[in-house]
Amino acid sequence: MDKQTPLVEMKNMRISFGGVHAVDDVSVDLYPGEVVGLLGHNGAGKSTLIKMLSGAYQGTGDIYVNGEKVEIHNPRDARKYNIETIYQTLALADNLDAAANLFLGRELMTPAGTLDDDAMEAETRKIMGRLNPNFQKFSAPVSALSGGQRQSVAIARAVYFNARILIMDEPTAALGPHETQMVAELIQQLKAEGIGIFLIDHDVHAVMELCDRASVMKNGKLVGTVNIPDVTDDDLLGMIILGKTPGEAA
Amino acid sequence: MRQAPQPDGTGVFDTAIRDLVLMQENSKSFFSKLGIDTRLLGMIGALVVVWIVFDVITGGRFLTPRNLFNLSVQTASVAVMATGMVFVIVTRHIDLSVGSMLGFIGMTVAALQVQVLPEVFGLGHWSIWIIAAFSAIAMGAMLGAFQGWIIGYLAVPAFIVTLGGFLVYRGAMWWVTKGQTQAPLDTTFRLMGGGAEGTLGETLSWIFGIVAAVAAVVLMLLSRRRKAGHGFAVKPVWAEGILISLAAGLILCFVWVMNSYPIAKGAMKRIARSEGIELTEGMVWYHGVAIPVVILLTVTVVMTIVAQRTRFGRYIYATGGNPEAAELSGINTRLLTVKIFALMGALTGIASIIASARLNAVDVGLGTLDELRVIAAAVIGGTALSGGFGTIYGAVIGALIMQSLQSGMASVGVDAPLQSIVVGIVLVFAVWVDIVYRRRTGQ
Ligand SMILES: Nc1ncnc2c1ncn2[C@@H]1O[C@H](COP(=O)(O)OP(=O)(O)O)[C@@H](O)[C@H]1O
Ligand SMILES: [Mg+2]
Repeated sequence: MDKQTPLVEMKNMRISFGGVHAVDDVSVDLYPGEVVGLLGHNGAGKSTLIKMLSGAYQGTGDIYVNGEKVEIHNPRDARKYNIETIYQTLALADNLDAAANLFLGRELMTPAGTLDDDAMEAETRKIMGRLNPNFQKFSAPVSALSGGQRQSVAIARAVYFNARILIMDEPTAALGPHETQMVAELIQQLKAEGIGIFLIDHDVHAVMELCDRASVMKNGKLVGTVNIPDVTDDDLLGMIILGKTPGEAA
Repeated sequence: MRQAPQPDGTGVFDTAIRDLVLMQENSKSFFSKLGIDTRLLGMIGALVVVWIVFDVITGGRFLTPRNLFNLSVQTASVAVMATGMVFVIVTRHIDLSVGSMLGFIGMTVAALQVQVLPEVFGLGHWSIWIIAAFSAIAMGAMLGAFQGWIIGYLAVPAFIVTLGGFLVYRGAMWWVTKGQTQAPLDTTFRLMGGGAEGTLGETLSWIFGIVAAVAAVVLMLLSRRRKAGHGFAVKPVWAEGILISLAAGLILCFVWVMNSYPIAKGAMKRIARSEGIELTEGMVWYHGVAIPVVILLTVTVVMTIVAQRTRFGRYIYATGGNPEAAELSGINTRLLTVKIFALMGALTGIASIIASARLNAVDVGLGTLDELRVIAAAVIGGTALSGGFGTIYGAVIGALIMQSLQSGMASVGVDAPLQSIVVGIVLVFAVWVDIVYRRRTGQ
């Protein structure tokens, strides 16, 4: 794996909000077909870090995609590099239906140049049939959906457009055990297709199960990055709570 | 009437709304099969009630072709602007400047066609109305775009920017002519304000109505076929049939009413002389659909297409529903704001053409209080100030309800101060009903 070019490298990323160093000199990377977990307390800076990759925030630092330095100034730039994001807040327009949200910013158009809502709904039905077969509320605004249904719309949006780099910010926060299991299977499947995934998750066990490596953050700083096969649950918890890598703690 | 206090202490109106919601639940099967949303039904219901009440009070003088023709012409200017205000309010902004902007544009364009263009081309030259109309729309679009730029890129709240515009344009309007009234306007330009000459006339009105009705039927059938082609559920045939007949029927009925309003003898003589027609005894001409109404209907159709069928419209609603989500989806919400206010300005330009042409004169008071009428029309038509919700047809019906109230009260002899009081109360009441309705239906 070492000889491969990383899909993404983020080097020396920094951003602060009004004097608060939300992300302070953090470097992480991600290889094709790899799942990297991002761990840390609430407010550690995980969401802020990945928002610099998805174009939502502009910090300083260098971002490389497939070894080439890129400038990501806005979400359109990120989409150009096939970086797709499931935001923690889901980022859904509550007043629009599932199809309108799924295709927001990338609508399907008729030859006459108008929105092709029927085609978008048909595509949405297809992908939802794969991700969440119970989903039926295709013409309701997403405000009428349950937390889990909303989450599956956000997931469908990230998966539909052939992501090469997928960012999942607490994707199972609103899901029940069954749906969580489905997301775990989806992650395995996407990984097998060679997609690289940043997975932010509170559940250390889920990270142990799904990830190849994990980067732990605390107070905006990177505590360290470890290979999952080399560590235990307790090692990860120690990194999160104490802010020390297993080596240092010993 | 005394009302027993309700447990939640809100009284008679709350009970009425609860009944309404219940009625809606019960009638759901029928109307939901028809696919008409209940808010539209409610607004049409309110309009019908207003019309019938005034017709009864005036002893049948309200629902006459003459009065309905006047109503349609009086509504046009505010309704045109209300369609643009929907987009502004849907994206959580407001535009307080449209009344003053209408006045400023009206005065500038009037001065242009009264003082400047006749000097250049000669009085009554055929190109004057085209240059004047184009200038009005371009001027509105530019003023609006500038306001939108301050709102979108400099992040000054729309309330403040357009409050500034409200004052600036009213002042600027005075400077254009040092307060002098401009009249008379170009004769062709005046046709866009309605009146005996400013209509399609009988034959053209029928053609217009038939083309519109056929277009409506074809579009509805095409949409049905497309949906069925994708395997989506479509309405039952009877429901589709009722809707199609309703749409076509309403259009033709409207044309028929407008074609039943005879042109007065004096105006007939004037028209006959200018067109070189020999008038014979017993000859009657009818108005037909007024040109400002044709403009309004065109604007309504175009704006509806923009709202429902274009990326621009989709982004407006997405931004109104969740600005952050829109931004994260790659929508340039700042540029969107500029476009929305530019469009609002262009529509204000069109409204200014209608308003000044109708009066055949522009004085410094033109457009006063129009911003409030426009906002009220959009809001009565179901546009939520919290953003994300609002329809073009709703705003147009809202404008029609407001104008019906005002004209109705005037014809009953209610004096102007009381008219204001009633309209003000109705506005607050309508919005409250809408809020309770949304809460009850969980929208
Ligand atoms: N837009 C913002 N404005 C101000 N502070 C912010 C903003 N976004 C994040 N922060 C701050 O940055 C820190 C990291 O937040 P976040 O990245 O959301 O943490 P995590 O996702 O790890 O829970 C927090 O202190 C948060 O308050
Ligand atoms: Mg977070």
